[in-house]
Amino acid sequence: MTAALRFDPIRLPEKCEQLRKEVRAFLAEEIAAGTFDPHKPNREDTDAPEFSRRVGAKGWLGMTWPKKYGGQERSFLERYVVTEEMRVANAPTRRFFVADRQSGPVLIKYAPEHIKMDILPRICRGEICFAIGMSEPNSGSDLFAAKTRATKTDGGYLINGTKIWTSSAHIADYMIAIFRTSQPTKENRRHGLTQFLVKMKQPGIQVNPIGQITGQYEFNEVVFTDFFVPDDHVLGEVDGAWKQATSELAYERSGPERFLETYYVLTELVRAVGPNPDTRSAEGIGRLVAQLHTMRRMSVSVAGMLQAGKEPVVEASIVKDIGTVWEQQLPHRVRDLAAFVEETATNRETLERQLDFAIKTAPKLTIQGGTTEVLRGIIARGLGLR
Amino acid sequence: MAESDNIVVETAEKIFADLADPQTVNNDKKDSWQAPLWQALSEAGLPLAWVPDDLGGSGASLADGFALLNAAGRFAVAVPLAETMLAGWLLAQAKIASPEGEMTVLPASPKDRITRDADGALSGRARGVPFAKAARHFAVLVHGKDGASIALVDASKGRIETGLNVGYDHSDTVTLDKVQPVAIKPAPSGFDQTTMMLMGGVARSLQIAGALESMLDISVRYSNERVAFEKKISKFQAVQHNLARLAGESAAALAAATSAADAIANAKSFDDAVYLEAASAKIRCAEAAEKGGAIAHQVHGAIGFTLEHILHRYSLRALAWRDDFGSESHWAVELGKLVANRGADELWPLVASR
Repeated sequence: MTAALRFDPIRLPEKCEQLRKEVRAFLAEEIAAGTFDPHKPNREDTDAPEFSRRVGAKGWLGMTWPKKYGGQERSFLERYVVTEEMRVANAPTRRFFVADRQSGPVLIKYAPEHIKMDILPRICRGEICFAIGMSEPNSGSDLFAAKTRATKTDGGYLINGTKIWTSSAHIADYMIAIFRTSQPTKENRRHGLTQFLVKMKQPGIQVNPIGQITGQYEFNEVVFTDFFVPDDHVLGEVDGAWKQATSELAYERSGPERFLETYYVLTELVRAVGPNPDTRSAEGIGRLVAQLHTMRRMSVSVAGMLQAGKEPVVEASIVKDIGTVWEQQLPHRVRDLAAFVEETATNRETLERQLDFAIKTAPKLTIQGGTTEVLRGIIARGLGLR
Repeated sequence: MAESDNIVVETAEKIFADLADPQTVNNDKKDSWQAPLWQALSEAGLPLAWVPDDLGGSGASLADGFALLNAAGRFAVAVPLAETMLAGWLLAQAKIASPEGEMTVLPASPKDRITRDADGALSGRARGVPFAKAARHFAVLVHGKDGASIALVDASKGRIETGLNVGYDHSDTVTLDKVQPVAIKPAPSGFDQTTMMLMGGVARSLQIAGALESMLDISVRYSNERVAFEKKISKFQAVQHNLARLAGESAAALAAATSAADAIANAKSFDDAVYLEAASAKIRCAEAAEKGGAIAHQVHGAIGFTLEHILHRYSLRALAWRDDFGSESHWAVELGKLVANRGADELWPLVASR
């Protein structure tokens, strides 16, 4: 066989189910207290700092990290449960999600000890927010075309240039970004970029919000003008960011957030059709549930591989490709199926409002965090085609 | 299950490679490969893998049997191996010993019914029964007011109208008209026709997943050989992205099928969670057979459309297997009803329970 792709039927261990109960109870309390409305994914302000701290106090941020950094040394499968329950409940996770999933693990791997001791416990307490500075006005999918310069100076670097589409930069306390420290070489066009930790909210950094077609202001343009970053904020090898980027992708690409972004419309459709659906509705719902179940099983399987210390980059790319295409199509399929829902369905307005938002959200799902085209390129490489 | 890591699968793969090589089989117009293959499989105890020793079988685990079916799919095996395994499994549920030779199960469609009259004779019509013509015995799920029974029937007692499915395998209509069974016993409590259909559906799902693995394999290989516009077609981005999608469909089918197999192998009863797993596997694998098969053909171009090429052995069988033991449309309606009946707020707990 060429492609020995494996998706072993990993089951979440028993302790995960206890944890799931705790997460559900916590979220139910938060909903009851009015922290957020699970039926409203399109709320104006999704930055909920107090909620973030309460999640941290539960021990659900940095769950898999070493205890000395504030972590719990729990498994990826336990983290998986927390992530999926938060996502399905439409909880306001924006403030901590990136730090927990991505930035923390990068720091653990590449940051000097004193920085880890300073920052990681604060992530775990839900106190700080991270952004990721990858794209630039002239480099999106082509990461290695980045031009924002980091010029060596006494004790550090001076940053000049612009990052763009940077989610949460307007609320972020830190950013992990790649900047150009050298020109690419003839032999390796990926050479010359370095990963940095950037402390936000300082002079020399201007954050300009960019309106999105959903009506939200979630991403930003971030302009650096002679902004100083000290030497100990270099993460990993100078000029060698390209060696560090790939292994993190499996974490970023295979989680439940890669197929649950518009899930709420499916729940609401089931509510709208009621307990005795006609054949058309039943078939439509059955297919969507079968597809959802399959993706979740694939995604859990990848979480199991991560837990086992593997780097399932191709499998994770497959999960994100199939998952994001599915969650992108979901609101349109639900709209088809809802076309004949009785006018009297009590949640009709809720469903229509949700569809309105999900349909506007849909286009970004196959772009953010690695486009479909990039993912299929990675899968093709895994198949031995490139 | 992509790599053989158990003795049952290793044995089967060796037999398939020696006696059911798809190219050799495809070149053989007289089907002279069938008898030696069946004999070798029988000698290895594989058709009765799911039958305990004391009922005449080789007593393999459910998990090993499912892995065997996945391997059979990878070789597009066209003898009644899956059917005999399912028949033996069904008979074993009622502690009926399995006879030697080819068997199949009926009914093979959720809508068909076989019933029993006051004299104990069986009647009814079952359509789309795979390999009925080749079978020496039928394992029959008998519908009854007081619960299901399981019967062993001599195949010569039934009337068979032969037919072929889109994969050119036998898919026949079997009519039983007051046929006395060789043996009949009540099915275990809670075991009914739906249970049998779910099991059959998971068997087909594993075969489809296996066929897709092979379609991916031969499509990748072909794209690395075939030259067009002065380069290998594997170097064209459009072709690469098609193959990446085929890999995704193959992976989805494998994940859905192996998950359902694992669920059944470890199930204490056929509850809603197992229903979700088994129905989803059949639905998703059927979708993958359509989407994935289309890509495999697209990559191969005209050569893949010829009878001489082996691709159709996988692509058409995968499509045909969609129809057995309830189509994806059937299961989607049933799963949709189940979900709607449980209610909106019980959907996520059901999905997350797996």
